[in-house]
Amino acid sequence: MEEKAIICKDLTKQFGDFVAVNKISFEVDSGEIFGFLGANGAGKTTAMRMLCGLSFPSSGEATVAGFNVFNQQEKIKRNIGYMSQKFSLYENLSILENIEFFGGIYGLSDRQLKEKGEELVNTLRLQKEAKKMVGELPLGWKQKLAFSVAIIHKPKIVFLDEPTGGVDPITRRQFWDLIYKAADDGITVFVTTHYMDEAEYCNRISIMVDGRIDALDTPTNLKKQFSAETMNDVFYELARGAKRSDN
Amino acid sequence: MKQFLVFVRKEFYHVFRDKRTLLILFGLPIMQILLFGFALTSEIKNAKIVVVDYSKDASTQKIITKIAASSYFTIEHNILSYDDMDKAFKQGKIKCAIVFPSSFNEDLKHTNKASIQIIADASDPNTARTLTNYLISIISNYQAEINANVQVPYQIQPELRMLYNPELNGSMNFIPGVIALVLMIICTTLTSVSIVKEKELGTMEILLVSPFKPLYVILSKVIPFLALSFIDLIVILLLSNYVLGVPIRGNIFLLLMESTLFIITCLSLGLLISTVTNSQQTAMLISMMGMMLPTILFTGFLFPLENMPLPLQIISNVVPSRWYYYVVKAVMLKGLGLQAVWKQTLILLGMCFFLLTVSFRNFKIRLA
Repeated sequence: MEEKAIICKDLTKQFGDFVAVNKISFEVDSGEIFGFLGANGAGKTTAMRMLCGLSFPSSGEATVAGFNVFNQQEKIKRNIGYMSQKFSLYENLSILENIEFFGGIYGLSDRQLKEKGEELVNTLRLQKEAKKMVGELPLGWKQKLAFSVAIIHKPKIVFLDEPTGGVDPITRRQFWDLIYKAADDGITVFVTTHYMDEAEYCNRISIMVDGRIDALDTPTNLKKQFSAETMNDVFYELARGAKRSDN
Repeated sequence: MKQFLVFVRKEFYHVFRDKRTLLILFGLPIMQILLFGFALTSEIKNAKIVVVDYSKDASTQKIITKIAASSYFTIEHNILSYDDMDKAFKQGKIKCAIVFPSSFNEDLKHTNKASIQIIADASDPNTARTLTNYLISIISNYQAEINANVQVPYQIQPELRMLYNPELNGSMNFIPGVIALVLMIICTTLTSVSIVKEKELGTMEILLVSPFKPLYVILSKVIPFLALSFIDLIVILLLSNYVLGVPIRGNIFLLLMESTLFIITCLSLGLLISTVTNSQQTAMLISMMGMMLPTILFTGFLFPLENMPLPLQIISNVVPSRWYYYVVKAVMLKGLGLQAVWKQTLILLGMCFFLLTVSFRNFKIRLA
């Protein structure tokens, strides 16, 4: 029954003459934590946006949760969660109101919302803050909350776009505990990051350079393949050859 | 449907928790009404006038008393010399002066013809014109008095009738303008800012990744502001009716329908602005500077459109509030029906349709 969560074949996105994503192919297994690495401007976000149904690919094929990115975007949207690099909850809504809102637009019933809300507040130990405005929380908590809200509707896949930017190492560790817990619950995790220690936490990673995927394997194998000590060296080895960068 | 309600409820939370929004929403209309109603008026009262009287006789005294008695003027002080008067004008102490030549009474008695000089500070031409008109009418009033016993062979007596506004209540002219202005600001600015804010925060992406359709995102953004603008409209109408005494003569239902049309037009304008910008500041700037100024200038409630040069008159045609202003004046003040404003209604409908189509198309292009 082990079906693939994401299948990508020659997926391409072109903006005029600029090929942002150049024929990338990969598969992600269900329940896997898949790291999607690449320097700034390598095309990660563009690729992710196509998979989330936010933009149409120029060519190639891809299915997400078994649905085609070209004509089944609505079905894809029902089955995925998304958390962007910008913190994205409403600051002038309380924790519970945010949960009610985001759960609500995914069509959760009042009873489900109430249960979920309580459960979430309990696991994050935010009982005292439940009625506080989100804007008053420290960034680390906000990020954890945003992640929990992104998977509130039990999606098959969750896309995380640099979810731990600007957070301290302890909170990042806690954040990854949440990711592992989600993966244990059967949610496939597709995550982009710039932190190489986080890359090591992934089951498999891919590294994008100039719109292509130049490497794809488990962290251990990659290190072997590039005869490198750390993931940092692997990444550096690959990204050094990049022709485009944002600086 | 339930998702929709959840969304609308969230929008109301945003509005009611943001003091700035609340201030714009409810402070602005009330402030505008009171400001225009009581503080800013084009009527001139107690203008300072100087009388230079070289004649000093019974008839000049009578005229001076009449001037002093009118509420338009206060007599500053009797300046005797021409030079002093010149100085007073230069210092801006007086708006107007009246000079009686020394031979005034003699001339009047013996040659049956005397002249008076009226001097006004025309750096503000409207005030100057109004003041000189007041003075001329006071003088002709006196003239009529001294001619009371004389049978003038031909006499034309103008009978004035001020239609729709017999008391010449200044509020009548600007209330429709203020309604247009307030609705314009609230619908355009608040809508565009609230949508752009979601883009800036990154929540827009989350919404677009959710199964909630983009069209519904827009709709649920727009509906709370539609409701709030409607409340504002009612507040303004109540204030202008009960505080400023401006009557609603026409069909209130028609007035509300036309206002809804205008509100939707402004909302679509706000939507359009939100599709072309990504920062709240830009959105604010475009809708405040880009929309408010033309609304004030080209609606016609402060500066009459008929007096503008042709190019400006042509530009004024694309300002939606101009048409709405006409409709409100016609329906609210003159009590006219749809047959009198159908043309303007059609123009507004056209604008509304055009703006909606363009902004929806823009919104979709942005997503692809």
